[in-house]
Amino acid sequence: MKQLAKEISTKFNELGVEIPIGEIEERLDKMINKFKVPKEEARRSVVNYFLKEYDIKRNEFYSGQSESPQVNISDITEEGRWVNVRGKIVQLWENSHESISQVGLIGDESGTVKFIIWESAAANSVEEGKSYMLRNVVVNEWNGRFELNINKSSSIESIDKDIEVGNTTVDFTGVMVDIQSGSGLIKRCPQCNRALTKGACIEHGKVDGIYDLRIKAVMDDGASVQDTIIKRDLAETLSGMTLESAISLAADALDQGVVLEEMKRSLVGRYYKVSGPRIERYLLAESVEPIFSYEMTQIDELIASAEVI
Amino acid sequence: MAGYTREVARRIFAQEFRESNMTFKDGDDQYAPQYLLTPTGAKVNRVLIVGTLIEKDDIGTESEYWRGRVTDPTGSFLIYAGQYQPEAAQVLAECETPVFVAVVGKPSTYTTAEGDIITSVRPESLYVVDGQTRDLWVIETAKRTLERIKALDSNSPDIQKAKEYYNQEPGHYYSMVSQALRSLNETY
Repeated sequence: MKQLAKEISTKFNELGVEIPIGEIEERLDKMINKFKVPKEEARRSVVNYFLKEYDIKRNEFYSGQSESPQVNISDITEEGRWVNVRGKIVQLWENSHESISQVGLIGDESGTVKFIIWESAAANSVEEGKSYMLRNVVVNEWNGRFELNINKSSSIESIDKDIEVGNTTVDFTGVMVDIQSGSGLIKRCPQCNRALTKGACIEHGKVDGIYDLRIKAVMDDGASVQDTIIKRDLAETLSGMTLESAISLAADALDQGVVLEEMKRSLVGRYYKVSGPRIERYLLAESVEPIFSYEMTQIDELIASAEVI
Repeated sequence: MAGYTREVARRIFAQEFRESNMTFKDGDDQYAPQYLLTPTGAKVNRVLIVGTLIEKDDIGTESEYWRGRVTDPTGSFLIYAGQYQPEAAQVLAECETPVFVAVVGKPSTYTTAEGDIITSVRPESLYVVDGQTRDLWVIETAKRTLERIKALDSNSPDIQKAKEYYNQEPGHYYSMVSQALRSLNETY
């Protein structure tokens, strides 16, 4: 009990308040020994009493003490944990609900994770490309993925350092089994760079789009499926079609769809190794290598394992 | 749709596919996906086949309806493509046999008047590919099939169901795999 009293006293000392240790001990003693209050409850009650007495805000007392551990983003693997995260805002997304203030992706050297700043948190807002320290945020799991919730006991501080966002590069080898719509020759909004649907941007309405090439591929290795986005430069090398030739192909056919058809014809059903960072459900391809050959030893090993019965 | 994930395209050799005749649905919902359960316990809602298209016929009466036969080292798959598979039907109409093709499609079963169950594939896509891709597919399918045979000892409900229903010797499929792999060495 002496130790408990001392702890409380030092804590108040740090906040610049001198409380006679005897007084703390007396209160604790009454709670614990006379009224059989559990230690932790007694401690809380005593602290609350002195906080009120000296008119100190609860946050001030608790902020230093109940500091959440600082973690790397890749170490966020457990639901319900309170953590501090230092990272850079990689992306801000379309806000889908009025109770959400901001939503997006934050990254540090080890990887990226989704974050949600709730309206009720009344926290500072964040900007894309800037780095922040998020304190006291809680890890939640949704749809099999982790996300950080910034609520009213969390805080956001901007920091000056530019954090290098590590791309946890993944490799996926498999067959391209499909190319999704929204691939091939597309138009993007000149203001926000979003892909247009039927010539209109969901944010800016009817705009004069800028042509681009991309492939939203579905890769499949027989055990799992990986959606992959292949950007213009890689799409050009892979399909052997430049943006210019795609535009003229589409112009001749009076149909943008022929570009997608042509890409499907030359790519679907073939083996590739793609690698790049995985963001949400997509792998953003940084390299795509067609696979043509295999090792004879691989066959021999498989035969051996098929014939050992 | 929340929680929706695309079905993986399973790799099955023609022999095993042909010997499969048990279908079931996951759940009672009318939109619940239908699966074909194979003797090695693969739960198949989508397949990927790379093989040689050796025959094709338009068997439709009013509109085009294509039947194709795609072979791998262990046998052949039947594929049917009509007006609801326009992309695949078009490629079938235009290509010359024999040719290497990659087919992604759904398994389907049909019961004949005699009570035999015929399995076939309804293609979602069908594209002409090259011989290397076909060989890579044989290797990959061998690998996946071996993984399934080795997992036959596990207690998963699907595997138990497959074992009870087909009552098949693993050796049967081990030799199918080794035959398929050996055929690759012969061609080289």
